[in-house]
Amino acid sequence: MTLVKDPPGRVRARRLAAPPAFRRRDRRDTLAGYLFMSPWIAGFLLLTAGPMIASLYFAFTDYNLFNTPSWIGLDNFTQMFADPRWRKSVEVTAKYVVIGTPLKLLLALGVALLLARNGRGQGFYRAAFYAPSLIGASVTVGFVWRALFSDDAIVDRAQSLLGLHVGGWVGDPEWVLYSLAALTVWQFGAPMVIFLAGLKQVPRELYEAAAVDGAGPLRRFWSVTLPMISPVLFFNVLLETIHAFQIFGSAYVVSNATCGPADSALVYTCYLYQKGFKEAQMGFASAMAWMLLVAVALVTAVLFWSQKRWVHYEEAAR
Amino acid sequence: MSGLGTSGVIGTSGTSSASGASSASSASSTSSRRRAGVAWHLGAWVVLAVVLYPVVWVVGAAFKPSREIVGSLELFPVRPVLDNFRGLADGIADIPIATFFGNSLFYAAGSVVGVLVSASLTAYAFAKIRFAGRKLLFTLMIGTLLLPYHVLLIPQYVMFQKLELINTYVPLLIGKFLATEAFFVFLMVQFMRNLPGELDEAARLDGCGHLRTYWSVVLPLCRPALITSAIFTFINAWNDFMGPLIYLNEPGKYTVSLGMMMFRDQEGVANYGGMIAMALVALLPVLAFFLAFQRYLIDGMATSGLKG
Repeated sequence: MTLVKDPPGRVRARRLAAPPAFRRRDRRDTLAGYLFMSPWIAGFLLLTAGPMIASLYFAFTDYNLFNTPSWIGLDNFTQMFADPRWRKSVEVTAKYVVIGTPLKLLLALGVALLLARNGRGQGFYRAAFYAPSLIGASVTVGFVWRALFSDDAIVDRAQSLLGLHVGGWVGDPEWVLYSLAALTVWQFGAPMVIFLAGLKQVPRELYEAAAVDGAGPLRRFWSVTLPMISPVLFFNVLLETIHAFQIFGSAYVVSNATCGPADSALVYTCYLYQKGFKEAQMGFASAMAWMLLVAVALVTAVLFWSQKRWVHYEEAAR
Repeated sequence: MSGLGTSGVIGTSGTSSASGASSASSASSTSSRRRAGVAWHLGAWVVLAVVLYPVVWVVGAAFKPSREIVGSLELFPVRPVLDNFRGLADGIADIPIATFFGNSLFYAAGSVVGVLVSASLTAYAFAKIRFAGRKLLFTLMIGTLLLPYHVLLIPQYVMFQKLELINTYVPLLIGKFLATEAFFVFLMVQFMRNLPGELDEAARLDGCGHLRTYWSVVLPLCRPALITSAIFTFINAWNDFMGPLIYLNEPGKYTVSLGMMMFRDQEGVANYGGMIAMALVALLPVLAFFLAFQRYLIDGMATSGLKG
């Protein structure tokens, strides 16, 4: 493998110089390489590849953890599509992804642009805005969120001042999902730090050139900033969307372990958890997991396909 | 998990060249510039106030009497009380609070050790050793980054159940020791690839084997990446909820996250203050860890800036 990569002339020269020793080192390297990554290989086979195949098999079986899995063909899938709660969970998750992710990314980009304009205190602001992303997944924040969005708490009072009387969000089937979306938006710090790093890489000359050409701030953002940070934008969109599909902990904790009221916070993984670990329908839950995988793979594929149109990599531009 | 994507940037974003993307090249008057500066800080502080409100709220609420916590709008109580913390001394369902913290600490520290050892060994192989099949394996490793964990959840549970490892920490820790946290492998590979190759080549020429090169040359140079990985692993494990929820079912083995959920189920509204107090105490290690290691992160940036 290594020989192929070198320029042909050099390879021949090296070979002439010391062929046996070199080849011995080559073989030793291969051995060392596999030894060094043996933990990962073991983990990949035992905890990733094996379970993936098993999960695909379970998806076509009736299995409750204690019986022998019995093959039932597509029954889990037909049952799933006919199940109103499953459809509800798809709807809730889709809504969560579609509302939460764009808002989070917009806020992240907006604040990153704001911070990039001024160097003073940037380190402090960056750390402070980032902190929620570190603690957002914790049960503590789930508790706090439930408190802040319950009846008579701050959010309720604030919206009453605006003449909106909807009460606390967490007890209201119409609103609980928005409190979850707010929770993910609150964690905008992670994508923001990535945007900020991307913004720092934009050469200043480009802005100066654009300004000389008479481009206003909006035009400069649209024609310079956005194309230059599009790889970072792509990365953030991809990662945040994939993560949003998999929301579990915050929905579970904020809804008091019910994923309700009335299934209004029944995100996909919450239903998967209930089916697999409360009702021991491992086959059905595996089928659900594979549907999630397919959905995530489709979204990923569409994003990768679309990046040709809007993501500009520097190498390609030059 | 969404915090993961960031660590690489924090760790490696280079020198803190504060020059922003702005281009205020036009010669405006100082007063309008000062006004813009004030407006900037004002904007930043408004965002900051909203973002930090929940954190400040939980600090204040922990010192309020239970019945005042939700309804009162004051951020801090007029007469702070310590009852909530005193109540914690009784523990939950006869289990001392310290047990939960000990369990969480064990889980988090174990995860850190596992990730540092297994991810750095794997990353060394990917970054510094050339061998057949490396590219294919690297692609597979990156692929696992995008794989939803839930596809693996049920078969893994079945496997650990058959092995009678439910209600132990093995299912939670084994993946950490087998480098399944692909993000950290990726982070370290990136870091090692950026190290000057002459150093480890010189070590190899001096007769160092790979193990020696890894241990004495590469690993010390990777300190910033190791610290970044350690911080994020610790915090992720400390916050982890789904793993312990699925694998631990005996209250004595619960982590802090599960302990808090049990607290809520058992005492609920009656001891709301105690619940919030415990939530605050659970939050403190994460915040302390983050604040303490900020400096290490900046050190890491400085050293990675030297390589030029």
